[in-house]
Formats: sequence, C-alpha cells, structure tokens
Amino acid sequence: MLIQSTVFYFFSTILVASAMAMISVRNPVHAVLFLVLVFFTSAAIWLLLEAEFLGITLVLVYVGAVMVLFLFVVMMLDINLAKMRAGFARYLPVGVLVGVIMAAEMAVILSRPAFNVQKPQSKPADYSNTQELGELLFTEYIYPFEIAGVILLVAIIAAITLTMHKRSRAKRQSPARQVSADRSERVRLVSMDKD
Amino acid sequence: MAEWWSNLVAPFPPLLLTAVYMLVFILVLFACVAYTTLAERRVIGFMQVRLGPNRVGPQGLGQPIADAVKLMFKEMILPQDADRFLFRIAPLLSMAPALAAWAVIPFSEHLNFADINAGLLYILAMTSLGVYGVIVAGWASNSKYALLGSLRAAAQIVAYEIAMGFALVGVLMASGSLNLGDIVKAQQGSVLNWYWLPLLPLFLTYLIAGVAETNRAPFDVVEGESEIVAGFHVEYSGMGFAMFFLAEYANIILISGLTALLFLGGWLSPFEGVVPAHVFHLPVIGALLGSGAHWFLAKTSFFIFCFLWFRATFPRYRYDQIMRLGWKVLLPLTLIWIVVEGVLLYVKFPPWFD
Repeated sequence: MLIQSTVFYFFSTILVASAMAMISVRNPVHAVLFLVLVFFTSAAIWLLLEAEFLGITLVLVYVGAVMVLFLFVVMMLDINLAKMRAGFARYLPVGVLVGVIMAAEMAVILSRPAFNVQKPQSKPADYSNTQELGELLFTEYIYPFEIAGVILLVAIIAAITLTMHKRSRAKRQSPARQVSADRSERVRLVSMDKD
Repeated sequence: MAEWWSNLVAPFPPLLLTAVYMLVFILVLFACVAYTTLAERRVIGFMQVRLGPNRVGPQGLGQPIADAVKLMFKEMILPQDADRFLFRIAPLLSMAPALAAWAVIPFSEHLNFADINAGLLYILAMTSLGVYGVIVAGWASNSKYALLGSLRAAAQIVAYEIAMGFALVGVLMASGSLNLGDIVKAQQGSVLNWYWLPLLPLFLTYLIAGVAETNRAPFDVVEGESEIVAGFHVEYSGMGFAMFFLAEYANIILISGLTALLFLGGWLSPFEGVVPAHVFHLPVIGALLGSGAHWFLAKTSFFIFCFLWFRATFPRYRYDQIMRLGWKVLLPLTLIWIVVEGVLLYVKFPPWFD
C-alpha cells in the first residue's frame, strides 16, 4: 500500500509539473516534449489502476505515433516568439474568463454523483484486462466501435484526397518499369575495328 | 540447479534480487552489444575478402574494449547554439527503450523478468519510443544535416512501424495471446509448427521492417554518408556518439530476439518431433537437444548474423523506393495475409490452426 501511494504521488507530481511546464515554456519543441512526458506519466498512473491495456495503448498511439508527427511539424515551424507575446496583456481578461468558465464547468460535472466512485477493488493476478476489453468491444459495443472505425477511415481518405492533385505535365517514375529493365535497354555492345 | 539457486537467494527481498538481476543482465547485454560491433567488422571483412580488425588481443577480441576506452576519453563537443539539455539527453532517449523492451522477453519457459499479459503491446510501445532519440538529436544539434537525417528517420520509422504492427497482429491472431511466453508455447510441435511457415509473408515483412526500423543497410538513408554525412548524429562525438552506436546494436539484438520468439519458436528445440521423445531425458545430450534458453540465443545470433549479411550484400535503397516498399508493398501484403489467416482460422485449417 505504501509503495503504491509513493509511486502514485511520484508520477502525479511529474504529471502536474510537466503539464504546467508544457503551457508555460517559451520553446514550442520543449512544450511538445513536455506533453510527451505528460502522456507517459499518465500511462504509468493507468498501469497503477490495473488498466494495463489502456496504459500501454496510450504510449503506443499517442507517444509513439501522434506526438512523433506533432514534433515533426513543430520542429519545422519558424515561430516569432516576440510577435506572439505582443498582445498578452490585451488578451489576458478574455483568457482568464475562459479559464474560469472551464474550471466552473469541470467542478459542476465532477461533483455529480456519477463521479463519486468507490476505490476500485484489485483483481486477481490472472485477470486479463486486455481480454475483458476485447470481449466488451466486440459484443456489447460492436456498433459504436465499428462506426468509429469507419469514421476514421473516411477521415483518412478525405485527408489523402485533399492533398492529391494530379498534374498532367509532371514526370513520374514507374517502379515496375525500372525494376524490369534489362541489359539491352542500358548497354549497347559495338564491335569496332582497331586502327 | 534451479532449486539450489532459489534456496540460496531466499533470504533476500525480491525487489533487491530483481534489481541485481537487471544490473547483471544489462552488463551482459552491453558486452553482447560491444562484441556485435566486432562481429560486424570481422564478418563483413570476411565477406569482402579482407581481415577486419585483428590487432588488439587474440583475433582482435580486445578491439571493442579499445574502442570504448578511446570514445570515453574523447571530448564531447557541443555545437554552437545547440539546445544543451536536449543535446545531452538524446542519446539516452535512444538507448533506454532498447533496454526497457527486454523486461518482458522470455529466455526460456520460466526465465524472464516480467510475465505480463500485454507483453507484445508493451514491446510495440517501447520500440516506437526509440524514434524520439533520433528526432531530438537532429533538432537539438542545430545543424542542417542532422535535421534532415532526423526527418528521414522519423518518416521511415513511422511508415515501417505500421507494417510491423500488422505482422504482429497476425502472430497474435494465430496464438490467441499477447503474452510472449504463450505465443512461444502455441508454436510447440516441430519446426513446421513454428509460425515462420504458416505466417511466411508476415515473417518476411517483420524481418524487413525490423531492418528498416533499426536504420540498418540497405535502409540506412538516415545516415547515408554520401548524402548527409552521418545523419542525425553528425554533431556527436565521444560518449554521445558511442551511445547512439550502442543503441543501434542493442536494437538489432532486440529485433533479432523478437523475430526468434515470434516466428521461430523462441526457446523451443528444432529437434522436437524429429527425434524420439526419450532422447530428451538422456543426461547431457537431452539437455542440449531439448528446449532451452540456448536455442533462443542461437536463433537470435542467427538473425544478428543476417543483419550483418544484409549490410554486406545489398546496395542502399533510394529514399522514394523505401517509402514505396513500406506503404505499397509490405502494408498491403500484411493486410491480405491477415484476411487469409482469418479464413484459415475460421475453417480450422490443419495442422496449424486446428
């Protein structure tokens, strides 16, 4: 029990600190890396809740794929920090107002009885979180699950279609033709008289 | 033997024991990594009809130690305007995931650090973290070559991770488990029951994607020396460079070990089902021929050798061809084979899926 709470407070401290750092550091690349740390530590806290499948998937999907592409984009941005900070004082009241409203909304929702959950009971060692999730996803929640999949597929196709534009004059390589090229297309042997 | 050992260590707390085991294991792994670099130079030397390093110690066996001492005493140069903290931490980011993944690898039936349910997912998550070291190194170096190298690396690793993930989906469909020990046990029978045969396209995809993930030849455009000098680690010297170098070899050993576990039956003996069962109960020969950690190590060594062999054999791929191979060849191949496998599982196709 003592070890459990020590681990929990250790990761929560890192989580809160890196979340604060993420919105306060000047350099956007540092901010993205702090966000990665936030994801990683929340995955650790999920593991503590015996939600190992969700914890590992969080690392795999968000840290391993989404944030890599995010970092990729942010790295190539040329951001003028002075210009971005110029209107800070002017926008401050609006920002504070939005923040207060969000905090109030969260307080209202979290105080509802639905969130008043008991401490979760720990499961026996042979309990497989992954299998339970799989069974639920493919029986009870099969339609929402499949529909979410189709929506994502449509989004992928839409994104690809947006970036595709056929230029009729562009030169393209044909890999099939490149691979099937043989010697007779590249080399011509000629016999010459020596003089 | 095992009982004698567990009696000996009984008075110590398990947490301390695990920590000591891990320390010993990491030291052994580092030794393996160091000697893989020597093996690479000797093997490629042999394939190119030259000697390779043979001056330090007998047969050049002292070479990795000499290299390590040299790199340790070299100055670590910090480029102008580099991001000091990220520049120093990047080699660690690239090394740590390669070591962390070993936590769930079973060496034999009872020999592993952690026997977790979602082992395969954990491995995927850890190997997908390795790219951060490369990207952060490229960005923090404040150098054009390094940045270009890291962009290439990020695109290549993200692309091949998808094909790799689908190959693993095939393995977990066949075994019905994400636990690495159960995956090996599901392959029991004989050499023909190992997953390399029923999942042959996925096996080849996994091996090719593994070479691409570790940025090894013929997919080493990330550090293609004729174009971008050394890629993401061009600005590193001394121990910083050594860490990247070691991380690359640690990843090779990891991918080789995983290929052995997932497709070649891990610790299972190839003689199973070939020689009569009573042979395995003979005193010495039985232990050698029977299943055990030595077979896992032998299979892993074979794949490490394949990595070196590829490097000496194939010319480097062009960048657009790498992307084409990943997205247009390997990815559709794995998708098709997953459907085929689904059908085979549904009809309970003997002898693999019954």
